[in-house]
Amino acid sequence: MSKVNELFEQKLNVVNFGIESFYQDLVKQDKPAVHVDWKPIAGGDKKIAGYLRKLKQPELYEKIQAANQEALSRILSAQPVLVGMSTAGEAIPGMTPTTILHAGPPVTWENMCGPVRGAVMGGLIYEGLAKDLKEAEELAASGKITFSPCHHHNAVGPMAGIVTYSMPVWHVVNKTFGIDAYCTMNEGLGKVLRFGACDQEVFDRLHRMREVYYPVLKEALELHGEIDLKVMIAQALQMGDEGHNRNKAGTSLLLREIAQDIYNTHFPKEQQAAAFKFLNDNDHVFLNLTMPACKSTMDAIFDIPYSTVVATMCRNGTEFGIRIAGLGKDQWFTAPSEFIRGLYFPGFTEKDANRDVGDSCITETTGIGGFCMAASPAIVQFVGGQVQDAINYSSQMYEITVGEGNAYKIPVLDFRGSATGIDIMKVIETGIRPIINTGIAHKDYGVGQIGAGLVNPPEGCFTKAIASCAEAWG
Amino acid sequence: MKKLEVRKNTYYDSVTLMIISKEVKTVDGVNEALVGMGTDLNQELVKALHLATPGFEEVTANDFFVAADCDSDEAFAAAVAKVDELLSKKASKGKSDYFPPTLEGALKVNPDLNMAIISVPGRHAAGVAQNCLDHNINVMLFSDNVTIEEEKELKENAAAKELLMMGPDCGTAIINHVPLAFANVVKSGDIGMVCASGTGAQEVSCIIDQLGGGISQLLGTGGRDLRKEIGGTMMKLCLDALINDPKTKVIAMVSKPPAPEIAAQILDQAAAGGKPVVVCFIGGDPTEIEKRGLVAACSLEDCAHKAVALSKGETPETFDTFSMGVQQAEQMAAAEVAKMAPTQKYIRGLYTGGTLCDEAMKLLIGELGHIQSNIPLNPEDNLENARTAASVRHTFLDFGDDAFTVGRPHPMIDPSLRAERVVQEASDPEAAVVLVDCVIGYGSHEDPAADLADAIRAAKAEASKNGRHLAVVASVCGTEGDPQSRSATQMKLADAGAIVLPTNAQATRFAQLILRRL
Repeated sequence: MSKVNELFEQKLNVVNFGIESFYQDLVKQDKPAVHVDWKPIAGGDKKIAGYLRKLKQPELYEKIQAANQEALSRILSAQPVLVGMSTAGEAIPGMTPTTILHAGPPVTWENMCGPVRGAVMGGLIYEGLAKDLKEAEELAASGKITFSPCHHHNAVGPMAGIVTYSMPVWHVVNKTFGIDAYCTMNEGLGKVLRFGACDQEVFDRLHRMREVYYPVLKEALELHGEIDLKVMIAQALQMGDEGHNRNKAGTSLLLREIAQDIYNTHFPKEQQAAAFKFLNDNDHVFLNLTMPACKSTMDAIFDIPYSTVVATMCRNGTEFGIRIAGLGKDQWFTAPSEFIRGLYFPGFTEKDANRDVGDSCITETTGIGGFCMAASPAIVQFVGGQVQDAINYSSQMYEITVGEGNAYKIPVLDFRGSATGIDIMKVIETGIRPIINTGIAHKDYGVGQIGAGLVNPPEGCFTKAIASCAEAWG
Repeated sequence: MKKLEVRKNTYYDSVTLMIISKEVKTVDGVNEALVGMGTDLNQELVKALHLATPGFEEVTANDFFVAADCDSDEAFAAAVAKVDELLSKKASKGKSDYFPPTLEGALKVNPDLNMAIISVPGRHAAGVAQNCLDHNINVMLFSDNVTIEEEKELKENAAAKELLMMGPDCGTAIINHVPLAFANVVKSGDIGMVCASGTGAQEVSCIIDQLGGGISQLLGTGGRDLRKEIGGTMMKLCLDALINDPKTKVIAMVSKPPAPEIAAQILDQAAAGGKPVVVCFIGGDPTEIEKRGLVAACSLEDCAHKAVALSKGETPETFDTFSMGVQQAEQMAAAEVAKMAPTQKYIRGLYTGGTLCDEAMKLLIGELGHIQSNIPLNPEDNLENARTAASVRHTFLDFGDDAFTVGRPHPMIDPSLRAERVVQEASDPEAAVVLVDCVIGYGSHEDPAADLADAIRAAKAEASKNGRHLAVVASVCGTEGDPQSRSATQMKLADAGAIVLPTNAQATRFAQLILRRL
């Protein structure tokens, strides 16, 4: 009796690679079958497949897998809490009055896209370093301004991600590892600095944020004490948010948490009310808390030798950049960022769109956002899809991650933990790129958000990164 | 004109409304439109889009509105109707299944996977197959263009683990009564089959089914298994499994004639198994088979007849005639020939099944001497560039051969190229008979007879327009249980004017009757 005879006694469970109709025929007969959406490794690129093979040599692969497990365990054990507020100048390391932080990997003024330039100029005017756009442009190009990625300064910023010296920032700490992260306050929708708008309306709001709302919120948080953001994000995911493009639930939870403390501050009723209304009118307040929560979580995995987990994904509107846990904070792998497939606000089309921009995909890096799309079916409509598409997107992400979340869970997937810890080896092997939910900025400064949709990091980031891993460790 | 409709205290999700706005703009006579809740943002958008009408400022965030710039009241009514239609629309499509990208992902979906069907491009196939074997999953490899070295390595690895490694180029198997890839719905029974050919396996299993027999297992080996380089590794493993299978009483083995030393090993193993074995080495010498007390078959049909006889405990007798009787077949052939023009002399075999094509040629070669083909019996009869070259004298084409499948699906999936060729042959004044197969069952096209029937009609019309009569002789490989149904398929071809015989062997012999009279 051979094993083949044992097979004759078993129920046949078929896996199909290639012609899909062979699978459909089995489904028609109610036979258990799985179809594999097979693609050649690295799209058939022999060189890239070679790097992957090198990393899969048993001895090295064992080290990589152990390192990736360590990375996952650090991500899962993170404890991000909101501890308070301060200004960028007071809190952010390396910040000077002439420093401007921006989203994404490093970029020069010359290579900045429209909305980032707009936001930079707006930031210079807001800081009083320039009196108008013309002066701001000259100053920006003069070399007197230090441009640096938020990610180099324990910070993250949505869209253009501009942080200037006097801007108020939320202060988040990953208590498990003692890692700080900072993010500005979200301005709301419409004409806002982060989308490159830079007119009086924008400056007026920024000034109100600093002078009217910030003092109230800062004191309210002092009265309240720290807020556990991991728990709050986890709850928001149970309430229809996915943590990137939909922040309605998270914002509501935050507001409920600190409402009484706002009331208990020493500020006049009108100022309290104004601060309260500012939070209440903007569904995206919580995005600027989710992002530093994720940032402080992911910064804990740097310098784990041999880890192929993605520690950072971000874009500056020109390029998309990723950093790999095992290769350290100083190595960026970049490629031109892509255009977003999405839904445009009335009056705008694809022609108006800027390339993908912002640090907000730190959420996907941590396993929420697009990775939790199934938790927020409303989001998938941005690409004209159905709820099942959202489920498929989230399910697909398990193919490229080391593991699953222990706090961030997806109700519709029977509360399965979200796909967590993007492994570049798996991205290369499967050809599946991380899915990101995001907003679309107008390519010209001053216009603002014109839609939202889905996007992926460019393949080039991953192929460059895997080549470096293979060279470094192979 | 600018129009506005407001529904107080009615809430819809903003994303839904963005999609609807986009759709409404496509309504005839609508130039610009915004559908939304009266939020501050939408208030501004309405102004920016110049859609504001008097009274718009009274719309609140709790109100739903449709604002449009349109050519007429009718256009606005149509726009509002469109909005209502889209708001009440339900998702129509069913759930699309989740397809993981890798075997590892598939195992997470179903950890009990024990059989893989692989049809990825040949250069990637060995890697995919080896990965399955590494996970102790049996393999059916349909891909071709796998090197013989890769095949040898895969099969040796599989044999060491006692796993099936069927193929490459194995398109047919029925395991535990589950038809895999190109296979038919046959009755279950006590005849176990192991075949080095796809359509050969289908033809034999379908005829067994028609004769009232049934199949226990149908295993494939791929066409090269009995070559010296491979040494029959899989045939031996499969034969052993069938010999040890308590549900298998009779074994039927189908292959092209193997390398003699491999044949000897296989036949010795079969003879030692203690079960009756029918061997069909298509066109091969029966001596070695009969010498060992095994039953030799002269055609696929004969193989089925003998296997069924043994299964019923009867003495196997050779079947090489017509189900309808020789006399009637002769009469029908004569009637066909009577209508033909003097220029008509040759047969054109146009096949989607490679083994069926091969069988037909082997049944005819004795009398015809030479048959031009892309899978020639004699190297000197090779037809170069078969896809574009015209047929010469007696010509048989296998549309499943590489010459026709580069950049195309297999003709059993997409039979259109063969159908076109049927019509093309009709314009050749020398063509007398077109012989075709029509393979149904799972894997095959959902209605291969439809295209073929149209082609037969067109071909016959073309010939008769030029004062000729083109005989079209067909057989259907399939069963009543197949999704396409054997009888319905036969009917479609007969209605188009084809003479439909029960099997490929009978269809070939019938064509032979015609050729003898020309």
